[in-house]
Amino acid sequence: MNANDWWILLTAALVAGACGLLGSFLVLRRMAMIGDAISHSVLPGIVVAFLISGSRDSVAMLFGAAAVGLLTVFLIQLFHSGGVQSDASIGVVFTALFAVGVLLVSLYTSHIDLDLDCVLYGEIAFVGLDTVPWLGLDLPKAVWMVGGALLLSLVLIGLFYKQFKLCAFDPALAAAVGIPVALFHYMLMGLVSVTTVASFESVGAILVVGLLVVPAATAYLLTDRLGAMIGCSVLVGVVSAVLGYFAAELLDASIAGCIVAAAGVLFVLAFLLSPSHGVVRKLLRQRRGAGDAVITKG
Amino acid sequence: MNGLELLQDPNVRWILAATVLLGLSSGVLGSFAYLRKQSLMGDALAHAALPGVCIAFMLSGSKSILLFLLGAAAAGLVATFGIGFVTRHSRIKQDAALGIVLSVFFGVGIVLLTQIQHSDSGNQSGLDKFLFGQAAGMVRSDVLTMAIVSFALVGVCALLYKEFKLLSFDPGFARGIGLPVAALDQLLMLLIVVAVVVGIQAVGVVLMAAMLITPAVSARYWTERLGVMTALAGLFGAASGVIGTFASAADDHLPTGPLSVLAASALFVLSVLFAPRRGVVSKLLLRASVRRKAIADYEERMRGGRPA
Repeated sequence: MNANDWWILLTAALVAGACGLLGSFLVLRRMAMIGDAISHSVLPGIVVAFLISGSRDSVAMLFGAAAVGLLTVFLIQLFHSGGVQSDASIGVVFTALFAVGVLLVSLYTSHIDLDLDCVLYGEIAFVGLDTVPWLGLDLPKAVWMVGGALLLSLVLIGLFYKQFKLCAFDPALAAAVGIPVALFHYMLMGLVSVTTVASFESVGAILVVGLLVVPAATAYLLTDRLGAMIGCSVLVGVVSAVLGYFAAELLDASIAGCIVAAAGVLFVLAFLLSPSHGVVRKLLRQRRGAGDAVITKG
Repeated sequence: MNGLELLQDPNVRWILAATVLLGLSSGVLGSFAYLRKQSLMGDALAHAALPGVCIAFMLSGSKSILLFLLGAAAAGLVATFGIGFVTRHSRIKQDAALGIVLSVFFGVGIVLLTQIQHSDSGNQSGLDKFLFGQAAGMVRSDVLTMAIVSFALVGVCALLYKEFKLLSFDPGFARGIGLPVAALDQLLMLLIVVAVVVGIQAVGVVLMAAMLITPAVSARYWTERLGVMTALAGLFGAASGVIGTFASAADDHLPTGPLSVLAASALFVLSVLFAPRRGVVSKLLLRASVRRKAIADYEERMRGGRPA
C-alpha cells in the first residue's frame, strides 16, 4: 500500500464516521429519506456555488450546498404542513431541485469541469493527488473537508447532546421543557447538508445516503442506548469503509459502491444474527417458548 | 421554430409519444402509490433497478430494452420483498428500510457498472444513458415497447380500479370482504416497477421518481374523488411530458427528462397556489371573507345591542 491508498482509507473512514454519527439521529427520528432528499438536492447548490466562485474551491460549495439543504428541509416542512403526506412532499421537493441541478450541469457542462458522474458516484480513488497545505500540514483536500465536517458535527452534538437526544426520542416533551425543537431540527439538517457536500466528491451524492442510513440502522438493531448506538454506527461505518476498500481492490470496482455494499452485508448480518433483535434469535425463542406471550415481538 | 414545425421532425414525434405515454401511466399509478402512502417506493425501486439492468447486460451482452426490463423488474421485486421483510421482521421503520434497500442496491449496481466498464465490452456507453435517461436517443422500437407497456399499465389499472380503490382507502375492509389484499399490493408494486423501468430510459433513475409522485400530489389538490384524481394525474403527467419535450426540442442543450420534471413541479406549484378549496389563494380568500363577515357581524351587533 502506498500513501494514496492510506489517504483513500482515511477519507473513507472519516466519511463513514461523520455519516454514522448523524445517521443515528436520522434513523431515530424516522427521517432517513430526508437524508436521501438532501443528498440529491444539494446538487443545484453545488453547481451554483461552482458557477459563482468559478472553481471547485470547497468553502463556497459547502455554503451553497448547506443553504440548499436547509431550503430543502424548509420546503418539505412547508408542503407537509400544507397537507401533503410527508414522504410525498420529500419526493416532490428533492426531485424538483435535482432536476434543476441536472439542468444546470447540462447547460454549462461545456465550459466547466464539473462531471455529473463524479458528483453522483464520487471519485475517491484520486483523493491523495489533490493536497492542500494548511496549518503546517499537507493533507488531501478531501481529508480537510470531511474532517472539518466531522469536527463540526462532533462539537455541536457534543455540546448539545442532551437536547439532541430528547428531540430524537420525544420532541413533544423536548418542546414542553423549553428546548427550541425547530432550531435543533434545522441544526441537524444543516449538519447533514454540510456532511453530504463534504463527502460528495469522495463517495458521490447518492452513496452518502447509504452511509447515513445503513450503519445507523445496523446499530439500531444491536443496541438500545443512544450513546452505544452512535458508537456502534460509527464503528460499522468505518469497518464497511475498510472492507469495501479491500473488496474494491480485489474486484477492481468502484470503491464507493463496494463500501455501501459492504455496509449492506453488515446490515444483513446484524438483521439475522443480532443478539437482541435478530431474526434467528427471534425464531429460536419462538421455537423454545411457544405460547409465551412476552416474546412475540421485540 | 414553433411547435408545429417541431412536430414535422419524426424524431421529436417519437420522443413526444414516449414522454406523453410515460407521464400518463406513471401519473395514474402514482395516484394509487400516493394514497397507499408509498410515494417514495418509486424512488427506491428506480435505484434498485440498476443492478438488475447491469446483470441483464452482463448475461446477455445486448442492450435490448426488453431484457433490461426483465432484469430491472426482477431486481425491483427483490427490493420490494426486501423492504417488506425488513419492516415486518425487525424494528427498522419503513423510511430506513427504503433508504437501506435503495442505497445498497444502487451501490451494488455501481460496482457491477464499473465491472462492465472495466471489462471493456465496447458498447457499455448505452448503460450510462440508460441511467440518466436520454429521451432524444430513443428509437421507434423503444417507443413501441413503451407504448405497449403504458397501455397495459393503464389497462390493468382500469380493470382493477375498484379493487385498487378499496385497497387504497380501506385495506382492512378489503380483506374483510375477501379480496386478496397481499396479492393486490404486490401487483401494484409490480406495476410501479414496470413503469419505473420503462421510464428510466426516458428521464433517468432519479427523475423517474418525480414522474410517479409529483403529478399525483398535484392532482390531489384539485379533487376529492379518486376517479377524477387518477385522470388528472395522468393528464398532468402527459402535459409535463409535452412541455418537457417541446422545451428540449427548442434548445439542443437541454435534456428532456429534467425539463419534464420541472414542468411537473411547476404544475405542482400552480396547484398548491390556485386549486379550489385546498389551494393557498382560495384559503386566503376564504379567510378574508370570513373575517370581513365576522367584523361586519360584530359591528352590527354592537350597534344594535347597545342601549341608545
